[in-house]
Amino acid sequence: MARTVVNMPAQAKRGEVIEIKTLAGHIMETGFRHTERGESIPRDIITQFVCTYNGTEIFSADLFPAIAANPLITFTTVATESGTLEFKWVGDKGFTASHSAKLTVV
Amino acid sequence: MTSRRDFLVLACGALSGAAHAQLPPDIQAKRKAAAEAALRKVTGGAELRQGKVKLDIPPLIDNGNAVPLTVTVDSPMTEKDYVKAIHVLTEKNPQPNVVSVHLGPRAGRASITTRVRLADTQTVTAIAQLSDGSLWVDRVPVVVTLSACLEDGLI
Repeated sequence: MARTVVNMPAQAKRGEVIEIKTLAGHIMETGFRHTERGESIPRDIITQFVCTYNGTEIFSADLFPAIAANPLITFTTVATESGTLEFKWVGDKGFTASHSAKLTVV
Repeated sequence: MTSRRDFLVLACGALSGAAHAQLPPDIQAKRKAAAEAALRKVTGGAELRQGKVKLDIPPLIDNGNAVPLTVTVDSPMTEKDYVKAIHVLTEKNPQPNVVSVHLGPRAGRASITTRVRLADTQTVTAIAQLSDGSLWVDRVPVVVTLSACLEDGLI
């Protein structure tokens, strides 16, 4: 399981726009590089990132090899109700990682 | 101490590396075609309008391996008027697509940040697709001094 970091407030006012910073540990090998012997290194990247808020998808991203290693994705959402935010990363070679965070709306 | 075997392996690697570094003669045309195809796929041939989108990226980049990039779209993000998707494209990377994000009115603000790789001095394009189907674009020229994926034959 890859290391994942999610930075967001634990508490927010109803209707407030909160910023969520996510990071997943991954080499993001482009598939365009070669070894010193000239063999091509196969692509190994995270291809998709999805965030759900109490089961509803609120944000998703399709990633390509042009995303730097350890992909950082920052986005925003409106704090509507208390609950759980689930983050999921899916990639090549069967890579999956997930993270969940609790948000309390006051 | 480099043994004879190590030396041979390194020498062969350097030679084949050099072969890869030689760009195919039609690379410019290929790159352009790939960039245009990617743009067509995103826009569906629809008209792009200037404005609303703001692509924030440093104009001079020391290291193309991790370039911070922010796209902000001027939108109220209500149920009726929101940003559906944001696409970032490049013209000279081995593959033109960089990232495509899908948002909705629940995003509150249409603003995303990520870190990208840039292979060359080029123009970076951000396209926002609004809920009414209109497409807005911002293009920013950047200078890259150290390229990402240097040894690649495609760039």
